Amino acid sequence: MKLYNLSIYEIQEKIKGKEVKAMEVLESILKRIDTMETKVQSYITLRKDIALEKAKAIDKKIENNEPIGELAGIPMAIKDNICTEGILTTCGSKMLSNFVPPYSATAYERLLAEDGIMLGKTNMDEFTMGSSTEGSAAAVAAGEALFALGSDTGGAIRQSSASYGLVGLKPTYGLVSRYGLVAMANSLDQIGPITKNVTDCAMVLNTIAGYDHKDGTSASRKKVDYCKNLNGDIKGLKIALPREYFGEGLSGPVQSALVEAVKVFQDLGATCYEVSMPNTKYAMAAYNIISQSEASLALSRFDGIRYGYRSQNYTNIDELVRNTRTEGFGLEVKKRMIMGTYWLSSNHREKYYKKAENIRKLLKMELNHIFSNYDLILTPIVARAALNLGESNLSQNEMDQYTVPSSLTGIPALSIACGLHDGLAIGIQLMGRHFDEETILKAARGFERSINLNDQLRP
Amino acid sequence: MKTIIGLEIHVELSTKSKIFCSCSTDFGAMPNHQCCPICLGMPSAMPLLNEKVVQYAVMAGLALNCNIARESKMDRKNYFYPDLVKGYQITQYDQPLCTKGFLEIGQGENLKRIGIKRIHIEEDTGKSLHTDEGMTLLDYNRSGVPLIEIVTEPHLNSAAETKEFLESLRDILKYMKISDVKMEEGSLRCDVNINMVSEDGKIASNITELKNLNSFKSVVRAIEFEEARHKSLLAAGRNTSKETRRWDEVEGRTRIMRSKESEVDYRYFPEPDILNIILCEEEIKRIQETLPELPRAKKQRWAKTFKLPEYDIAVLTSSVELSSFFEETLLYYRDPKKLSNWVMTELLRSMNEKEINISEFKFTPKDLASLLFLIDEGVISNSSGKKVFNEMFEKGGDPRSIAEKNGLIQIDDINLVEKVVRQVLLENQESVDDYRNGKDRAFGYLVGTSMKAFKGKGNPQLINKVLKKLLEE
Repeated sequence: MKLYNLSIYEIQEKIKGKEVKAMEVLESILKRIDTMETKVQSYITLRKDIALEKAKAIDKKIENNEPIGELAGIPMAIKDNICTEGILTTCGSKMLSNFVPPYSATAYERLLAEDGIMLGKTNMDEFTMGSSTEGSAAAVAAGEALFALGSDTGGAIRQSSASYGLVGLKPTYGLVSRYGLVAMANSLDQIGPITKNVTDCAMVLNTIAGYDHKDGTSASRKKVDYCKNLNGDIKGLKIALPREYFGEGLSGPVQSALVEAVKVFQDLGATCYEVSMPNTKYAMAAYNIISQSEASLALSRFDGIRYGYRSQNYTNIDELVRNTRTEGFGLEVKKRMIMGTYWLSSNHREKYYKKAENIRKLLKMELNHIFSNYDLILTPIVARAALNLGESNLSQNEMDQYTVPSSLTGIPALSIACGLHDGLAIGIQLMGRHFDEETILKAARGFERSINLNDQLRP
Repeated sequence: MKTIIGLEIHVELSTKSKIFCSCSTDFGAMPNHQCCPICLGMPSAMPLLNEKVVQYAVMAGLALNCNIARESKMDRKNYFYPDLVKGYQITQYDQPLCTKGFLEIGQGENLKRIGIKRIHIEEDTGKSLHTDEGMTLLDYNRSGVPLIEIVTEPHLNSAAETKEFLESLRDILKYMKISDVKMEEGSLRCDVNINMVSEDGKIASNITELKNLNSFKSVVRAIEFEEARHKSLLAAGRNTSKETRRWDEVEGRTRIMRSKESEVDYRYFPEPDILNIILCEEEIKRIQETLPELPRAKKQRWAKTFKLPEYDIAVLTSSVELSSFFEETLLYYRDPKKLSNWVMTELLRSMNEKEINISEFKFTPKDLASLLFLIDEGVISNSSGKKVFNEMFEKGGDPRSIAEKNGLIQIDDINLVEKVVRQVLLENQESVDDYRNGKDRAFGYLVGTSMKAFKGKGNPQLINKVLKKLLEE
């Protein structure tokens, strides 16, 4: 039994029971990284030194019978747009290729406080624009970390987790602090866990969720123990299936996988109903406009003056900023910034940005209406399964269309693998009411138990 | 031709910390020593709104008779400049905190209301310093300092009115202690928008925006310069261009700074990291109750109640502390004019010389009242009073004790006085004869000599009385 293949709760049990040392777990993972990394390339920055030191310290604590955190000895990967004090944080961009933040993201600090072991920072599309690279999910799938902390703006966590046969959660907007998450779109971004199973997901969520005074949009709510009701008991639960998500675009395999999934939920005692969410068809356009608009603003602070990349090529301030941004940003980022600037310019604002905001309001109303009658919404994640994120022949829009409505409205959404077809993992998405991650996790746990894919999905 | 003037005023608020982070706002610190990831615009640092800033802005709005918005929001104003760390300034665009207020200038028949269009909160930028070697140095201590922007309606019609408006505004803000309001230090900045319109309204010059006005005097001079410039262009059948001009203090003229033809598109966008500002009625009422009586109302009340001259009132109400001290003293002492004289001479002089402010006084209003009573009642002379005051000011203490300790109590014993005066008369027979022969001046000489005999402890009124009596014998 290879330690790197186990889950968080399995390792936690072994470490607490002194069956295995934190150092042994870490060494198993480090060896796995040595084997796989050239092929998988999930890490931009690997910090074996930090990890080894932390594992040693944890083992010492255990030896001395000192109290240890909930995630003691669990090696984790952190997406490179999450600030880690003293450790290079690049957001996958030349613009931050030399940026070492003097502060850490709150979510990351909370994981460290529970004795999680930081392995390194994972690869990503430049400023998360694009959907071809998600090193955080790749690392977990390849056994190069037991879990990862990722970010989701339009579906990154969910799509990547699904395609690698993992569980990915985009929490309710405001549940997890965004302090330290380099913003792409402030009203859409969220930090979330990428794990091998639902229980692990709940454990990580327990650690990172909760009010943070450093984030003005952080929600102040009573603390919830997400591990408490993970019993999969969903008798009487009402699940909505919006017909707009099950239209013609779905490939055969995805369709059959969803039909199977519905049957599983029904066998568990839930009832599935067909509903309509007609405003869904506008969601993609609204998302594009809003995310691009916000991105154009979020990235305007990168001018080469105070930190980050600076062009060598300038004779005055104007050239310094211009050339730094020309040389420091990639094509996709530039494209989106230009579009964002366009949507917000004074003569186009009403026509595009204002309209996009109105669609957002409509979607919120639509969802409120659905959730007044149903507890969860079940949808596919993508229309067609893909081998790797970058190899699908889906357009960006086709990739994101099922995941953006929850981003726009802030509701929580979880993706979980539900079947294999020709070796490709297909996932389902469960969306819930604001701050009702409990119901989602409960349903997902029941589903996971029934499906029992785990052996098939392990590398 | 009528002059039309509107003002755009930026005021630095004197909160301890900046508007979106807890960095200090102290003036004069070493460059870049009062910064943090938030006010440096580092990636993923998030702004946190300082509640005191909202409170101060509401105070300004209430003092200027504005509507206070129950819900307002922050917006991003986008443009690139090295001293603007995020590439956008967080300000308020279409939902400002305060709107539709006014400030009165002039008196009686000439009373005029100058409309206040809006007041909103925003962050200041850093400072750039250009060196002679062609380098630009950037100091971000000022980045994130809280500002309120006050925009007036174009109701001002002269340089004099503008000066009065600015002085009144400064007094109000100073009274409420929400800003130092020093133009020379940059805590009060004023841009002027000016044009000229013919009486029948048919001819109007294009609006000029004036910047770089560093004192009230500059404001006045710049307005007068522009009035002349606009008038002469119009008279020659031409017109001013819609532009921004910079006041040149040395040369006493304005120069073109940039053309307003190409307006910058700021692409205003609601700030997603800061929730909307919601103010409930109780909150606004609570803030209203913290407002001190404002300068204009106080001056009017004093004129009616104390009947002091305008000049005295202006000096005594120049600060909340001074006016409070004055009014408190009047609880014990009933002569406002006498008190005013004393305060405007002795008290203010001592404060200035020794650089002490009222909160540091070692004596109370009651002490000052006692001192003035002692003088009025002739217990000590006026000049002794000044000596007692000086000691009271430096070391504190009760005036009577100080007078006694220093032997300044005037001699009241009529028998003793008679004795000494008789002696003086004996020694100055010539003057006595002069007086008896009608030379009134001799009386003054005898008074002076008697006072000398008492070595300053003489009570002039008593001496006078006794002298007269004895000379009549």
